[in-house]
Order: sequence, then structure tokens, then C-alpha cells
Amino acid sequence: MPTYSFFVNGSARTVQTRTDDQPLLYVLRNQLGLTGAKFGCGLGQCGACTVLVDGEAVRSCMMPVAAANGRGVTTIEGLGSPDQPHPVQAAFITEQAAQCGYCASGVVMATVALLARKPKATRAEVQAALAGNLCRCGTHQRILRAALRATGTSP
Amino acid sequence: MRLSRRKLVIGGVLGGGALIVGYWFAHERDRLGGRTLFPARQGEVGLNGWVKLAGDGRVVVAVPRAEMGQGVHTALAQLVAEEMDARWSDVRVETPPESSVYRNVEILLDGLPFSPEQTGMVVDGARWAVGKVMGVLGVAATGGSTSVRDAWHPMRLAGASARELLLRAAARKSGLPQSELKTADGEVRGRGGLIVARFGELVDALGDLAPLADVPLKRPANFTIIGTPASRLDLDDKVTGRAVFGIDVRPPGLLFAAVRNCPTFGGNLKQATPPAGGLPPGIRKIVPLPTAVAVVADNWWRAQKFLEAGLDIAWDEGPNAALSSDSLWRAYETLAATGDRKESRVSGDAALLTRPGRRIEAVYRAPYLAHATMEPMNCTARLDDAGLTLWMPSQSSSLMRYVAAREADLPQDKVTVHTTFLGGGFGRRAEVDLVKQAVAVAKAMRGTPVQVLWSREEDMAHDFYRPMALARLSAVLPPDGAAAAQDAIAWDAVLVGQSAGSQYTSRLLGIAEPGDPDPNSIENLPYGLGFHRLSTIVPRGPVPVGFWRSVGHSHTAFFDECFVDEIAHALGKDPLTLRRDLLRDKPRHRKVLDAAARGANWGTALPAGSGRGVALRVSFGSIVAQVAEVVVESGAIRVKRVVCAIDCGPVVNPDIVRAQMEGGIVYGLTAALHGEITISKGRVEQHQFDDYPVLRIDGMPAIETMIVHSDDAPLGGVGEPGTPPIAPAVANAVFAATGQRLRSLPLKLA
Repeated sequence: MPTYSFFVNGSARTVQTRTDDQPLLYVLRNQLGLTGAKFGCGLGQCGACTVLVDGEAVRSCMMPVAAANGRGVTTIEGLGSPDQPHPVQAAFITEQAAQCGYCASGVVMATVALLARKPKATRAEVQAALAGNLCRCGTHQRILRAALRATGTSP
Repeated sequence: MRLSRRKLVIGGVLGGGALIVGYWFAHERDRLGGRTLFPARQGEVGLNGWVKLAGDGRVVVAVPRAEMGQGVHTALAQLVAEEMDARWSDVRVETPPESSVYRNVEILLDGLPFSPEQTGMVVDGARWAVGKVMGVLGVAATGGSTSVRDAWHPMRLAGASARELLLRAAARKSGLPQSELKTADGEVRGRGGLIVARFGELVDALGDLAPLADVPLKRPANFTIIGTPASRLDLDDKVTGRAVFGIDVRPPGLLFAAVRNCPTFGGNLKQATPPAGGLPPGIRKIVPLPTAVAVVADNWWRAQKFLEAGLDIAWDEGPNAALSSDSLWRAYETLAATGDRKESRVSGDAALLTRPGRRIEAVYRAPYLAHATMEPMNCTARLDDAGLTLWMPSQSSSLMRYVAAREADLPQDKVTVHTTFLGGGFGRRAEVDLVKQAVAVAKAMRGTPVQVLWSREEDMAHDFYRPMALARLSAVLPPDGAAAAQDAIAWDAVLVGQSAGSQYTSRLLGIAEPGDPDPNSIENLPYGLGFHRLSTIVPRGPVPVGFWRSVGHSHTAFFDECFVDEIAHALGKDPLTLRRDLLRDKPRHRKVLDAAARGANWGTALPAGSGRGVALRVSFGSIVAQVAEVVVESGAIRVKRVVCAIDCGPVVNPDIVRAQMEGGIVYGLTAALHGEITISKGRVEQHQFDDYPVLRIDGMPAIETMIVHSDDAPLGGVGEPGTPPIAPAVANAVFAATGQRLRSLPLKLA
């Protein structure tokens, strides 16, 4: 079986899969026990599976595990905890920007990736960066406020 | 406790079903529960059935409702914390075990799936079925915007009883007379505010004290937690990836199953033929089901790939393989014109219908809609010698247990149901299709837990859809025009559409469809009309329909509120002014309407190509008005701003009310602008978010919500009432902007 090694949330991990086209999402959720990234559509259309690979937001339901070999993967679990949330997570809590919360991991990861690239992202830039992260509960307005709060601009 | 008039109506209608009624009310008086009902862990002690206290001060509240984003864990915990004087940061929630103490009484009376007005069912001899559904569904169900309405009294009482128990324990421990002790912010205090004990320090002093049920509740003026925007208890876990949804459960040895359902409605599996060379590595079993096939594997993605490419599946497409949306619309048009109808509502002076005056008529349409919850459908099940264990994101754990027991041929006490967080519900997760499939797979894989998970494509094409509906509306207007609209308009409507409640009953109980319209699709309009008639035709059809956020109101509000606009324009009246006139005797409704209009600067000028539209709907006990401001540019409708006003009676958490209005509006906007499930060759044509698009953050209007307070009014729901008014508000705004009256959803400009 093919073997892959990469860093996940700062730790070196080695996994085996039956085939090299196995998407990263299933390795994270099943083999590594990191269920924060969610399955939503399987086609990269909803953003629920978003994780960071070398700091870039990727759809882990579409990225073959082979493409992550040797790289650094960050999932929501590696960001912060309820006691010590990452600044983006803290902003989401302040704005109460989740309802069912199923999309929240992906939205937070996409926001982190955006702000790493553009720490002072504008409203339009946030909207463009998060347009591929679907939310059926309708927390859009709060997500926007939370992302802007995390930039340090008043929402 | 006081029985409201509505509850007495139920007793009256069910009459001969006194046993059922007696059963529910007997328990209603006994909803406090003893100190051992809510199981205590190490370091915890039960105070009554709804609350536990830990030595470290944690207050654990039993919340027997499903958290699907609507904030129910938080809002219900606030009820207990308020009366108990707990400190909010000490409060946690847990799901309690099954007990009649926790059942949702309100949902029986006001929610899914029956109404006391459905006397036809009684006549049909199906009353036993009603009782059966009540007995099953009612124990622990979440839906119909009922949770706070149901919990308002019992959970406040539980908090007050817990507080009284702590006061007795503090008196016992300190030797001070109880009359000198007070509670506040998680502490018992004596004279001069001196701290006698923190709540957690009383754990050992409670002994065998028994909870009392006849304790006074606070006056609303003294509330310090109810009515405040207490932070959500589920949020920290949700934004840090720790919240466990249905697809996240990982019992040891878990396998995964992907499912392919027969693409046509009413079709069956003929045969699933594995490849000649045997099953590929990782694929454990093919499980044929009556209308589907499941593939069990050590990895869900692999199971799904095998279903798509490796397995040769033959279907018996069944009797509906020629069904199409076009044929359904044609049938509905014929029914509306000539079909047998029932007068579901009639009031006022029928002579107004034939009086001379201007007559207007319009036909409105709303399509089937999918729920498209973000978390695809799933259920995890393990069957072994000890019994059946389920892990499921469902809106009714007791219903799932009942169905699972039936499917596994086990007594109910051998079935354990763990309810996880729900990645969206919206009514979809009151259905029992997944639990049936999961039990069938668990039977085939005895001893091994299996997580049955549908792909997004299966979810989209095998939903229980919001019924498509057609309404033919006509009105006879007063000859003297706008001067005297109140009580002078004759309104005559015919509504054609399947009934979610009727079909649900049939599905669940295996009986013929009762054929009654959904109760909330035939509620009276709030307006003062001279004559009102609503005739209904409920076709029985093969397309599965179900409860979709706001149920009947999701389409009838569009029909009614657009038609009110048409009447206003026919009378030469401003749409807001006409509504105000027709609500002359309804001060609460007027206040809500005025609040939304004022907030949206109704009546001020807008640039060309822009327009405002208003709509008002009373649903689930709450009054909601919305004003939408739209811009039509390059042939596209953009909703720029929505101002929403709600009167839901007493407010438990204003921030959650606002969140529910925002969420309800977005859900309704998706339907107004994009949502359409179509049928061709007996199957659904949409499969993914590319052909069933939803409103994205870059199309999001600014939403402002105003809460109109009326504390003396009865409690209303908030989960659903935000959805109905938005589609008509937007359609009316499009008319204001362009002069185009769009009478079909989703709204498409000519």
C-alpha cells in the first residue's frame, strides 16, 4: 500500500492508503481522528472540508492524499481550543457566527488563509474569499462581521 | 397548571380519545421529575429531572431537544438558569435519557403533523393513528418552532424548584433561617449580601431533600437571564471543531456504507451484480434494500466509488417513470379549474362575491424544494446481542427509536438512541428513511457498527420536498375603491398541492393518505376581509413531500402577500397603507408592520431600478413583517437590504431571535431567487450545489432585525417565522422596481 508522510497540526504523521487517489479528507477524518473538517458535497463546491496545506486553503475532499505528501496540513483542531481560541475563532465567538456549525470549520479555515495573505482584507475581499463556503443556516452576515473583526477593522 | 384554551380544544375534539388526552395532561402536571431521573456522574447531584449540580459549581441542564443551529440548547438552559439564579458561565447542557417528563407537548398541540381541526381524520377512523403518532413522536421531538413554547413553564419551574432546594440545603448547612437567605449569581447570600455558600458547596448538604413543585416563579420584571443575549453554549465547540455531528461518531470497529437509491419515485431494486472478479479490496458487503442498495466498506469514499463505477445495478423503475414537472403543472391547473375541492376556510358575506365591482384574478406557483442541509443524511447503527444502538442527527430521538425497534424486531427498551448535533434540520431530519436503511445494514453486519452516509447527489434527489403548489386567487373589490377597504374585499382562493402531514402519516403508519391539507397552509389571514374563502385540493402523488422550514407558510405567504399587493395596486393604494387599513383592529400586527416600514424608510425615494416591497405573515404564534429593498440591474435581481420586525411575545434570547430571523430570511431568499427542484422521467433533475444553488455570502443583503416587545402576548416560535415573508417582500419589491408582477418561484425576470 502507498505510504505518505506529512505534518498535521505540527506533528509528523505517516499513513497508508489502499490507493493514491484517496482524498485527504478521509485520511484526516478516519485514520487520524480529526473530524473537524466535514464532508458536504465531495466536489469542492461547499467548502465544509476546507483545511490549510502549507497555509493555503484547499478542499480536502478533492485533494488526493498523494498531493499532501511532505507538506504541512493544518486542520481546525490545530488552530485553537475553547480555552485558547485562535484570533479568528475568538472573533467568530464574539460575533456568535455559527448556528448548526457544520460549515464553521471550513469557514474559519478559509478566513485564516485569507487573513494570512491579506491581514487587512476588505469587506469585498472577505466576500470573494468566502463565496465558496456555503452555509444553509444563514449566518452570512455574522461571518462577514467576524472576519472583519479579525482584521482589526470594526465590523 | 392552567390549561390554555387551545389545549382544551384538543380535549374537545379528541373527545372519545379521552385516554390519549388524559395521558398527556396527567404527565403535564408531573413534568418536574425526581432527583434521580437525570443521571448524575461522579461529583454531581440531581436537583430534579432537569438540573444537576456539581461540586465545582457547574450547573448541568437537561435539554431534550435537538440542537440544529436554532439555539435551543442555549435558550432552554436560560429558562432554568434564570429561575435558579445560576451564574451563566457555570451552565452546561446535556441530553437526558428518554422519559415522558421531557416530551414536547406543544408539538402535539401546535406542531407536526396534525391539527385538532383535522376532524376528517377522526371521521376516517384514523384517530388511533393520531394517538399512535402522538405517543411516538411527542416524547422527544424538535420542530414546528415549539421548543421554547413547550419548555417555558416546566423548565422555569425546574429552575425555581432547584433554587428552593438549594435554599433549604443552605439553611440546613448554615443553621440560618431560610427566610433570611437569598440567591443570586450562583450563590446563596444572607443578610447584608454576605455569601453563605456558593451553589457548588451545597452538593453535600442536599441529602435526601425532595424537590417541591409548588414554588413561585419570578415576575418577568425581575429577569436577569431571560431576555438577555446570553452567549450560545454550543459556539465554542463549533468554531474549534470539537462539536460532534452525526458523521463524526466513531465507535470502535466502525465501517461505512454508501447508498444508491432507486432514481425513480416508487421504483425498486431489481438486482445489484458485483464484478466477476469478486469484491475489490476494502469493500466488505453489498446489502440489497427494497428501493436501494448499500455498499459497506472500510472507507466511505471507496464504497461510494464502487457504487458509481464497480457495481452493476438494475432498477425496476416502477409506475412513475414518465412523471415530469410539466405534467404535474398541467394536472394542477386542471384541478384548480375543475377539481373537487374542500372549503377549508369560509367566513364573511358571500354576497360580496357577486356584487358589482372590479374583479382581479391571478395564478401563482411555487416549486418543489429540497432542504439541502449542510450535513448530508446519515445514521450510524450497531446491532448485537445486547440490542441496537443508534447515533443519529435527528429531530425526534423517540420516533427513531420506535421505528428502529420495529425494523429490528426488538422491544423499544433494547434500542438506545444517541442524538448528536444536527448539521441542519429544517424538517428533513424528522423523516425515518435513514434509520430504516441503517438498521437494515446493521442487521446484515451484525456486531459491527456501520455509518450509513448519503452522497450530496443522493440527498438532493431523494429528499422529502416542500410540496409544489398552485394557487388561483381572485378578489372582488369595493366599487367605491380605496375609501373603505376594511371588511369590503371579497377574497376567494383555490390552493392545489400535496400535504406534507398527510403523506407523513401515510408513510409512517402504512395507512392510506388522510388527504387533509397541512394545517398551517390553511390558517386565516390576519386582514379584515368582507368575505374569505380558501378551497383546497390535495392531490396524492408519488413525489415524496415533507416538512420544510415553515411548512405551508413557505408558499402560501408568497401567494397571499403578493396578491394583497395586487389588490393594493388595483385600488390605487400604497401596499403598506392598504395593509394598515385591513389591520385596523389588530394593534400588534400594525405595530410590527410599522416598525419594519419605519426602519426601511418606507415612502422615501429610491433610484430608478430599485424598489421596496413589504410582506407580513403570522406563523407559529409570531408576527413577522419584512421590507425588502431590491435593485434590478442587467436583468438580475439583487436584494440589497431587508428590514425585519418580529413580535414573538416574551423573548428568551434576543440575539438568538435575531439569528433566527437572519437565518430564516437567507433560507427563504435562496428559495425566492434560486430554489427549484424539477422532475423529468420520474426522477429529480438536480444533484448538487451547482444545479441547486444557495445564497452565498457575496449575494447577502444587509439584514436588520427589530424585536417588537409585547410581554403580555403568548409565546411565539422563532425558528420558522422568519422564512415566509421574504419571498413575497422581494417579489413585491421587484414589482415596485420594474412593474413586473412575478407570480412564480423562483423569481425570474421576463
